[in-house]
Amino acid sequence: MSEPVRKTWSPASEEYQSILGGLRESVGACMQCGTCTASCPNWHAMDVTPRAMWRMIQFGMLDEILESRTFWMCSSCYMCTLRCPRGLKLTSAMAALKRLARVDGSAAARRNSAFYEAFMDDVEAHGRVQETSMMQRYFLKRKSPTVPLAFLPLGMKMLSKGKVHLPSRGQGGVLKPLFAKAREMEGL
Amino acid sequence: MKYAYYPGCSLTESAREFDISTRAVMERLGAELTEIPDWTCCGASAAEPVSELMNYVLPARNLAIVEQEMDGIDVLAPCAACYLNLYKVNREVVGDRHLHARLNEVLAASGLTYGGNVRVRHLIDVLKNDVGAKIVEQKVTDSLKGMKIAPYYGCQILRPYPVFDDPGKPVSMEPFITAMGGEVFRWSMSNRCCGASLMVAHPEVAVKSVAAILADAEGADAIVTVCPLCQMNLEAYQDKAVKAGGKAVPVLYLTQLMGLALGLDQKAMQLDKNLTLTPSVRQDIKTRAWAVPEPETDAETAGMNG
Repeated sequence: MSEPVRKTWSPASEEYQSILGGLRESVGACMQCGTCTASCPNWHAMDVTPRAMWRMIQFGMLDEILESRTFWMCSSCYMCTLRCPRGLKLTSAMAALKRLARVDGSAAARRNSAFYEAFMDDVEAHGRVQETSMMQRYFLKRKSPTVPLAFLPLGMKMLSKGKVHLPSRGQGGVLKPLFAKAREMEGL
Repeated sequence: MKYAYYPGCSLTESAREFDISTRAVMERLGAELTEIPDWTCCGASAAEPVSELMNYVLPARNLAIVEQEMDGIDVLAPCAACYLNLYKVNREVVGDRHLHARLNEVLAASGLTYGGNVRVRHLIDVLKNDVGAKIVEQKVTDSLKGMKIAPYYGCQILRPYPVFDDPGKPVSMEPFITAMGGEVFRWSMSNRCCGASLMVAHPEVAVKSVAAILADAEGADAIVTVCPLCQMNLEAYQDKAVKAGGKAVPVLYLTQLMGLALGLDQKAMQLDKNLTLTPSVRQDIKTRAWAVPEPETDAETAGMNG
């Protein structure tokens, strides 16, 4: 095997294998027509086109996949899924790639998944998302003072319109047993 | 018409005007909404990137409560993401024995189980198929005559599951706009994605989408939405989008505008909460500024007579 080819088949841990295996199954029937790329409203911000990404999954090119920012740019609009002539769940595949990258845990993955994690942490804590506490969690995860500053003007505007509400107990920890059970079953 | 009402988190936070107007309008139209007791978050589009299982468990918990405590009546969700998440449990889990068993294994940790017998409906679906535009037309007291209204559907109410309308060319809001006396503004961006939560992590990407949507709405007196995230993105980032080539257009929830047409006042519909509704826009709505026909110029009159 030549060197570059071997690189694309870098050994993957068990966790990677299970997510990658599921992904390969979900896009295995992709025939590379490119309708997904043509349908994506965020293609301009992606470094690898969605069509090429499915090919990389079929080949198991883990390193290249994890280096890409493509899946982080998916806004879950489902246009690719709707139009896929093979009926593949492409939006779910993008979400699975986000999960794969979280297992990888690179700095980029931590930054890009900060919003999703902050959202889910808030759900686990209160049962419902409370926007102010969720955004606080997000800012803490981003560890950069410029991030909250960028939201300051909007925050003030929303405050003046009575759209900002103080965090409350919400539904409390009613979802905690469910989160714990799912974690146990998914091994995450 | 009885529904198990699922407001969703946004409608208890920054989108309270959507919750309040939905309840008021549905009551006027003869629908009885009962809030699902102790409902919890559906996971929006944040659950799937974190946990595959929780992505189904979070919405299913609410359906399980409806199934067990509310005799399994139809669920009504006004928010697009809540609707899709609740709906996809029935589509993707029920019928998949392995996944359904795993789901119930998690739910059992809270003493719940979901059998798959609850129908999930979006607000537009209920309006179109259970209420009908005719009833709205009969109840209109304050016609929106002359107002050019651009219906904005967004993504998740018809994608990937087109249940009650054509996802390529949605029209389900149009009869209601006409029933209110308004004029449907024809545009091509009515089902274009607003960027959703990318607006938080990658605003430079989402602002581009919002700018394109707002540019296409040029000439409309208002955009109406049925999604709190669409509303937030189109309203709160309008300054930035205008700098990127968009046009400033007032954005309202469909239910707010329906409330006004059905005789409820601006205060009851909380129009002061909308970020794009400046006092002058609210004045225009109040005085029905659009109903006044523009004066014809001499040249046009001459041309028509000649």
